[in-house]
Amino acid sequence: MGARGTFTGGIHPYDGKDLSKDKPIKDVLPKGDLVYPLSQHIGAPAVPIVQKGDHVLTGQKIAEAGGFVSAPIYATVSGTVKGIEKRRITVGDSVDSIIIENDGLYEEVDYGVCKPLEEQSKEEIIKKVQTAGVVGMGGAGFPTHVKLSPKEPDKIEYIIGNCAECEPYLTSDYRRMIEEPQKVIDGLKCVLALFDNAQGILAVEDNKPDCIKVLKELTKDEPRITVKGLKTKYPQGSERQLIYAATGRMINCDQLPADAGCIVDNVDTLVAINSAVRENKPLMYRIVTVTGDAIADPRNFRVRIGTNYHELIEEAGGFTQEPAKIINGGPMMGFALFHLDVPTTKTASALLCLTKDDVSASKEGPCINCGRCVEVCPGRVVPARLADYAARGNKEAFQKHNGMECCECGCCSFICPAKRPLTQQIKSMRKMVLADRRKKS
Amino acid sequence: MSDFMKVSSNPHIRSKMSTQIIMLCVVIALLPTTVFGIYNFGQNALILVIVTVLSCVLFEYLFDLLVHKNITIKDGSAVVTGLLLALNLPPNAPWWIGVIGGFFAIVVVKMLFGGLGQNFMNPALGGRCFLLLAFTSIMTDFATDAYSGATPLAALKAGEHVNVFKMVTGFTSGTIGETSMIAIVLGAIFLMLMGIIDLRIPGTYIVTFVVFIVLFGGRGFDFDFIAAHLAGGGLMLGAFFMATDYVTRPITIKGQYVFGILLGILTGIFRIFGASAEGVSYAIILGNLLTPLIEKYTMPHAFGRKGGMQR
Repeated sequence: MGARGTFTGGIHPYDGKDLSKDKPIKDVLPKGDLVYPLSQHIGAPAVPIVQKGDHVLTGQKIAEAGGFVSAPIYATVSGTVKGIEKRRITVGDSVDSIIIENDGLYEEVDYGVCKPLEEQSKEEIIKKVQTAGVVGMGGAGFPTHVKLSPKEPDKIEYIIGNCAECEPYLTSDYRRMIEEPQKVIDGLKCVLALFDNAQGILAVEDNKPDCIKVLKELTKDEPRITVKGLKTKYPQGSERQLIYAATGRMINCDQLPADAGCIVDNVDTLVAINSAVRENKPLMYRIVTVTGDAIADPRNFRVRIGTNYHELIEEAGGFTQEPAKIINGGPMMGFALFHLDVPTTKTASALLCLTKDDVSASKEGPCINCGRCVEVCPGRVVPARLADYAARGNKEAFQKHNGMECCECGCCSFICPAKRPLTQQIKSMRKMVLADRRKKS
Repeated sequence: MSDFMKVSSNPHIRSKMSTQIIMLCVVIALLPTTVFGIYNFGQNALILVIVTVLSCVLFEYLFDLLVHKNITIKDGSAVVTGLLLALNLPPNAPWWIGVIGGFFAIVVVKMLFGGLGQNFMNPALGGRCFLLLAFTSIMTDFATDAYSGATPLAALKAGEHVNVFKMVTGFTSGTIGETSMIAIVLGAIFLMLMGIIDLRIPGTYIVTFVVFIVLFGGRGFDFDFIAAHLAGGGLMLGAFFMATDYVTRPITIKGQYVFGILLGILTGIFRIFGASAEGVSYAIILGNLLTPLIEKYTMPHAFGRKGGMQR
């Protein structure tokens, strides 16, 4: 089983990356209050350790992890805690959040001196990642230290840096690799230090030849790291497809990457690991692509977590036309925002403002059985049939036909000529089945 | 800008391909063979094409009105059905044959089973087979002013010599749209370039059929005999335009190969051992009926799973 650099299925949507890819990352200084939702990761919410009126410094811990599968939260500006109250987050819920008034001084805590990587023990490295509040920044927000603590560390053979960035419009990982490639490599080295039997693979889609070149140049003397060009195709960066493309190994939805001897980390996550391990710095920044045809000056920003989305739009020159839809993330898997008054969280990656809403513009028709969804499905299921089972509430048939293998990438809905909301139907059914399974266990 | 914005579930972009565009492309792809058929056979062929297409669209419209459903004729599928049915009629058939065939194809085969996407066999072929059984003499009379009686396939079956060059170009007798292999393949290439059909079904169908007639045709590997069988009758029109009908062929990729092989064998059996010279229509509708079964046993293995279905 060799690594083929690709997978079966997938689509080639308009990628829109040209809008923002050639402009350097710009730092954003927050103007208004900063809001830190206590739940910006998978797992237990963080527990606040500051009170109203407390003075905090940049890089000071303001909430402690609520358990092993959880992550602490840090202040990203200096200022005063205004309170802890419910605030709206991107998905629309209101969750408990710490609010900090920025004093504009950006006084930073002393992170202390750091031992070189070679002198740090494995436990120390994992502890540092945990303390820094690093979570998977590809979108899921799974606490990284949990991922780095598999049951059998000796069986981990590949650490894959997910540099695919297959979502259309997104260029934050691209800019990161162009501007700070060494940090990505150093982050990968931190992870490699944990797994003696592992090789590092930086998996980059071949629409970024400049990144591949730079990374290859910088890793030419690194025996444990290879740079692998992957075929440009959405969803190349989907974890299971990426593992297959990079190593030839396949896992199903019930397995973890570790079952195939793999650990996958996104570009930004690797950079955050690097800062945590080599500089003792907590996770405080995120590169966010603000783009779309409604934006005056689309580009990437280095954003302090907690910054309001309105400010990001302002920084990008505001709207040229009224957007029909604003998406948190990419157009394929992102989440449509119904309100802009939300803070940047650890898992934010893009703010995409489109003047045309394809979804409301297209009228749903009956399935003509064309089979396009079958050809594009990276999970190798039959989306048209699964959507039928979902519509009829037939959980048994849905599971029998591998409905749970869907990764919700959206290819089937994208390609469907009858404009059926296949992904949506399958997604809802998966949620119901998962809820049932939780009830039973 | 209002404070609240439009939301929907992901993905937020859609491809430009739609059902209407697909139907339009199929109509465009059928134009070369339609135009050639009218040129070859004359005025009555033109009348048949127009009457059949119009009656298919009209019957769908009336059916929608009658059962108080949304009017569905805009999707263009009735035009495709009408055109395919017309191309399967003898050029000198009376105009009402098109009306009756259109009624059976649209109302009985398609709309009564739930409309577009729900029919269990190709409506145009369903209509044609109905006509063949109900009006056998009209449907098998291919004599026109230009050509006398027997189609090249019938002549071939009778052991006569046939002119393969004329069969490929289309200057022979037959149904309106089946005679010119060149015009049909031209349309098929267009559909392949547009990504609407692929070679899975037509390829396996034709290859299997050739293997079958080499083995059982009684003439061994006789190039002229094979070429005549390929160019003659409805094989090309059937393989590229009827067997590839989305609704009635298996949705699974493996199933499409099985379907193609099945059609090749059935067509071979009907043509070599059957009483009639032709066998494509019956082969395809029989294949259509087996489609659900083929699908069931060719479900793909999900990514990272063994076997097509979970227990």
